[in-house]
Amino acid sequence: MDNLEALLHGFSIAISVQHILLMLLGVFLGIVVGVLPGLGAPNGVSLLLPLTFGMQPVSAIILLSSMYWGALFGGSVTSILFNIPGEPSSVATTFDGYPMARDGRPTTALATAFSSAAFGAFAGVVLITVAASWVASVALEFGPAEYFAVYLLAFASFVGMGGTPPVKTLVALAIGFAIAAIGIDTVSGSVRLTMGVDELVKGVNFVVAVMGLFGIGELLIAVEEEMHVRGVNSKVDWREVFRTVGNMPKYWWTLLRSTAIGCWMGITPGGPTAASFMSYGIAKRFSRNGANFGKGEPEGIIAPEAADHSAGTSALLPMLALGIPGSATAAVMMGGLMIWGLNPGPTLFVDQKDFVWGLIASMYLGNVVAVLMVLLTVPLFAALMRVPFFIIAPLIVVICTVGAYSVSNSYLDVMLMMGFGVVGYLFKKVQYPIAPLVLAIVIGDKAEDAFRQAMLLSGGSLRIFYANALVTTLVTVAIILLLVPLFLTMYSKVVRRS
Amino acid sequence: MSLTARYVAACGVSLLALTVGQAKADWKPTKSIEFVVTAGPGGGTDNFARAVQNVITKHKLIDQPIVVVNKPGGSGAEGYIYEKSQAGDPHKVVFGTSNAWQQPMVAKLAYNYTDLTPIAAMVQDEFLLWVKQDAPYKTAKDYVAAANAKAGGFKMGGAQSKDTDELLTRMISKEAGIKLVYVPFKGGGEAAVQLAGGHIDSNVNNPSESLGQWRGGTQRPLCVFNSKRLPKGDKITATESWSDVPTCVESGLNIPMFQQPRTVWLPSKVTPDQVTFYINLMKKVQEQPEWKEYVTHTSQTSTFIAGDEFAKFIKEDVERVHKIASEEGWLVSK
Repeated sequence: MDNLEALLHGFSIAISVQHILLMLLGVFLGIVVGVLPGLGAPNGVSLLLPLTFGMQPVSAIILLSSMYWGALFGGSVTSILFNIPGEPSSVATTFDGYPMARDGRPTTALATAFSSAAFGAFAGVVLITVAASWVASVALEFGPAEYFAVYLLAFASFVGMGGTPPVKTLVALAIGFAIAAIGIDTVSGSVRLTMGVDELVKGVNFVVAVMGLFGIGELLIAVEEEMHVRGVNSKVDWREVFRTVGNMPKYWWTLLRSTAIGCWMGITPGGPTAASFMSYGIAKRFSRNGANFGKGEPEGIIAPEAADHSAGTSALLPMLALGIPGSATAAVMMGGLMIWGLNPGPTLFVDQKDFVWGLIASMYLGNVVAVLMVLLTVPLFAALMRVPFFIIAPLIVVICTVGAYSVSNSYLDVMLMMGFGVVGYLFKKVQYPIAPLVLAIVIGDKAEDAFRQAMLLSGGSLRIFYANALVTTLVTVAIILLLVPLFLTMYSKVVRRS
Repeated sequence: MSLTARYVAACGVSLLALTVGQAKADWKPTKSIEFVVTAGPGGGTDNFARAVQNVITKHKLIDQPIVVVNKPGGSGAEGYIYEKSQAGDPHKVVFGTSNAWQQPMVAKLAYNYTDLTPIAAMVQDEFLLWVKQDAPYKTAKDYVAAANAKAGGFKMGGAQSKDTDELLTRMISKEAGIKLVYVPFKGGGEAAVQLAGGHIDSNVNNPSESLGQWRGGTQRPLCVFNSKRLPKGDKITATESWSDVPTCVESGLNIPMFQQPRTVWLPSKVTPDQVTFYINLMKKVQEQPEWKEYVTHTSQTSTFIAGDEFAKFIKEDVERVHKIASEEGWLVSK
């Protein structure tokens, strides 16, 4: 076991007083930027980057990656408590996390999210440890056609998801695609759908859309439905945290399945966002409690969180081994690597053993530090839910406004965010699902680029989508997922008639 | 404004550039300066702006703090449009490439490069022709012959559409008389990975975009689009360094020069002494050891073009690009 030996060597580098202190600092700062929406991990890491120029590369990456773990955990806090996801990958956590928290169980919701996230992250690191070289070669198999197949799979797992009529899901998806198309098109280089607003050439940022759709939209609904909303009565109870963690083994199957999806999407560069959505969609379809999804079902929190974190963690591997950053934060870290004089790529594992294995060892430690820190603070965060509505509501407006503005210091974004708030409200009123809309906004343009790149490569022939075993499998699974609900409805109709 | 400054202003920016050192610019920044980066975090333009920031802060070249803001939307257009809206504010400095003048030619955008005040081109990034490690061709000549023999031509990946990578691809295709299908990706990093996986036949990445891949043995450069070989530097692979890569002309592809300048701009309606201030500042940045380290690390070529010389450079490049773009039918009517 070469890798095990290398890992032990890595631990000997990562465990030093200085590095442990850096981890604590990084995780703490990460939780802070994660909890404050609009700041987020990529910005936080960018701000810290200049401070690391004088450091040893290992120390620098430990600080930055610990901040990343902290921010990932912190991002779930606002998703669950206020329905404001800070990162695309924590959107799916709001679907059940927020209802559960509103229901008076914020402690359970947060503890469930953190412990499944920890499980996912741990699985991701183990995967990196045992399969580093194999994983790197799998990612290379991914050309535009394979990327498109993955995105198709993510979309397919949402269409016809129990509860909402497939037509409504398709309408929401289509609107999302149109919004994703705004701005410069990668493939043709021309400007689309800016409707005379010059600044729209930059496209609609995800954070702007989501803060409006979720944060403001939810607020409008709350204002309309129950002006008298009081703070949710939640006990500050540490025992509840331990009880929730103790209950986790009950959901072993959801945990394993979601982690597998996450790891797969992390190493094939599908990314944490697609992973969390796909995992949620699949969990909803196969769970015995499928009907409870969206109303505060624990499995609805476990599935996206475990997938998100296992994907986020294993996505660092393609960055190190191939120089493909799986997320915006990974891209910033890669910029850091270059400045420290390291070149991400296949040779990093050979030339920079200390750096790579020091980092991997620190991923184990950093995640343990992060989990302990967030679990211990759960009751404090949950106490936020007791603050009365008339204080929280203006706060949410301020947070969303500042968050939207800080994306690129633009008032247009604030206006757009408000507009999305109205859209979110209308969607809820007419009972259209918001999740597929967000999914299409987040990965719609990527799916389009991948499809058109594939068409350019194949000279316009669809044969490229069944050219090899990998892409054929992905496309077939997607089509089956699309058709299954159709058959199920037809079948139940036939049964009912007879 | 002092007499000296008034006199110098009358003589124009060019003279200022020449008299750097003697002429004392009166203007100084009075509040924090915003560096607007027309690309996302982690890319070549971002590294460029942050390297400048790093040198200025480290050597305390100015008293005011610097804030770096990324405006990557619309392939960089977001940053330039923002800069246009900041007319008259000398505290907003925008960092970009030649896309400042190329993009408005091929896409309907709400700005043109004439809405900005050019400061300097500080460094030139190089282009190389990369192929997969196990490809049979050893020279650009072999590559051309193989592309000719293949039905449907070769697939060339690159960053963005109708930007420098596609421009160079069209030049190669025209010069060598071969068919190249251009497939645009979001960035050069993606194009490198797609080449490693064999999904495309070649790309024209900058050195820093493919360095790791070359060292890792997934792809290798056939030639560099420069009239001279690159400086030696450290060994990249066991046997080769940058200077072992032949020029494209040597290797059998007659394109002697293709580079991408990294550029610095102010908004319009700034005063000549403000322009001088920044030209002097950038000049000082370039003399520091950290700057030289940045240029070597990223395998770029140091250059300093400012004032009239820069204006002339832009004019020539606009004409060159305009010709190709009109042949390809890329031009948009305003």
